[in-house]
Amino acid sequence: MSKMITVKDLHKSFGKNEVLKGIDLEVHEQEVVCVIGPSGSGKSTLLRCLNLLEEVTSGDVYIEGDNLTDKNVNINEVRTRVGMVFQHFNLFPHMTVMDNITLGPMKIKGVSKDQARKDAIPILQKVGLEEKADVYPESLSGGQKQRVAIARSLAMNPKIMLFDEPTSALDPELVGDVLEVMKDLAKEGMTMVVVTHEMGFAREMGDRVIFMDEGIIMEEDEPENLFGNPQNPRTQEFLSKVL
Amino acid sequence: MEAIMDSHYIRVLPFLFEGLVWTLIITGVGLFFGFILGAIFGLARLSKNKLIYIISSIYVEALRGTPILAQILFIYFGLPDLIGFNIDKITASIIAIALNAGAYIAEIVRGAVYSIDKGQNEAGRSIGLTRGQTMRYIIWPQAFKRMIPPLGNQFVISLKDTSLFSVIAVGELLYMGQQYYGTTFAAFEALTMVCLMYLAITVPTALYLRKVERRLDV
Ligand SMILES: Nc1ncnc2c1ncn2[C@@H]1O[C@H](COP(=O)(O)OP(=O)(O)OP(=O)(O)O)[C@@H](O)[C@H]1O
Ligand SMILES: [Mg+2]
Repeated sequence: MSKMITVKDLHKSFGKNEVLKGIDLEVHEQEVVCVIGPSGSGKSTLLRCLNLLEEVTSGDVYIEGDNLTDKNVNINEVRTRVGMVFQHFNLFPHMTVMDNITLGPMKIKGVSKDQARKDAIPILQKVGLEEKADVYPESLSGGQKQRVAIARSLAMNPKIMLFDEPTSALDPELVGDVLEVMKDLAKEGMTMVVVTHEMGFAREMGDRVIFMDEGIIMEEDEPENLFGNPQNPRTQEFLSKVL
Repeated sequence: MEAIMDSHYIRVLPFLFEGLVWTLIITGVGLFFGFILGAIFGLARLSKNKLIYIISSIYVEALRGTPILAQILFIYFGLPDLIGFNIDKITASIIAIALNAGAYIAEIVRGAVYSIDKGQNEAGRSIGLTRGQTMRYIIWPQAFKRMIPPLGNQFVISLKDTSLFSVIAVGELLYMGQQYYGTTFAAFEALTMVCLMYLAITVPTALYLRKVERRLDV
């Protein structure tokens, strides 16, 4: 299977604060990689380096073979292939659900309005919100907002989806709906990198789980092994706290 | 009835209406260009490019840090020495309002754009929109809503500022009032009517803005 993401010796500093201290990572097509670790360990920063929302300090990030730090690579084009879902949804509040979803296809891919709206319907159905097409985000619950955010990313037909704690801002009873949508995506073969505190999801859906601490990957393994028989003492300590 | 119609309160009105028209033209055209300047320099002040930031900051601070009375005299009397030709009074007034209001509007624009959640920009960029597209379709429409109340406020300020241009004898509202009492000596009547005319514009504007503000609040 082909490599979708390759990260080589990635370092990232904010001023003097080195947050990522040499990350190496490969994600293959259709793989679901879950990233866990304590707060401040650099999980979000790593994810945001994968679509260059954060500039990398040194090292390389390849998306489907394109080196993001290469000045000749059109980062906007790469980003159309890499969807991102944020903890706080970041829906566009001045647009209806439908407009949130069709903006990208229309403005970036030049799809006509009619076509974009037609294409949006099966995506809305997939996230279970076809009846919400014409409402504004403020009238939605958190879980619904997050599903619209997923739909907005899917509308660009991405090859890879990045999730940064997509359920952390949700009331517990709304988490399930969002996780269901993510599971469907995983089953359809979407390549996914998911930063999550949902150990259940990581265990069930992850092909691989990465434990990060202090800006490095401390341990990575299949979920069964990482959760069942962690090798690194830091992993053991972290898991004993969260499980 | 005849006595009222014949009073200075009424007889001054044709002059004042003429003045009011010029006041509104100077304010309106001046603010139109002021908004363009404000949008450009306001966004420039958010730029990461040092040079762009410094240039826009110099403009904003220079115009906010000097009195508009000095600015109009500079444009009308000072600038011709430099450029070698005269500027007519109305044009000078419009330039003064545009440059002066532009500096304040730049701060309004900067503040409104800066107040939009960073996540909006990240969401736009992450689907592949360019910086310009993200500004145009996502940040600006949200920021513009927040600009409406302070822009209305700036309209009121600039409208009143045009009265200072009476020093270069522009035929705006206050100047026309002064002209009237210069020949009739009816200063009390003329200036009462001048003030009422300013209020006739500024008070409804203020009330309307308060309504808009309440609506934007929820
Ligand atoms: N824009 C920034 N400027 C400066 N420091 C930052 C910035 N973003 C993150 N950091 C710092 O980088 C470190 C790692 O942050 P990051 O958000 O990647 O952690 P995380 O593992 O996602 O944590 P959490 O589980 O709390 O989300 C933290 O110390 C944080 O303060
Ligand atoms: Mg995080």
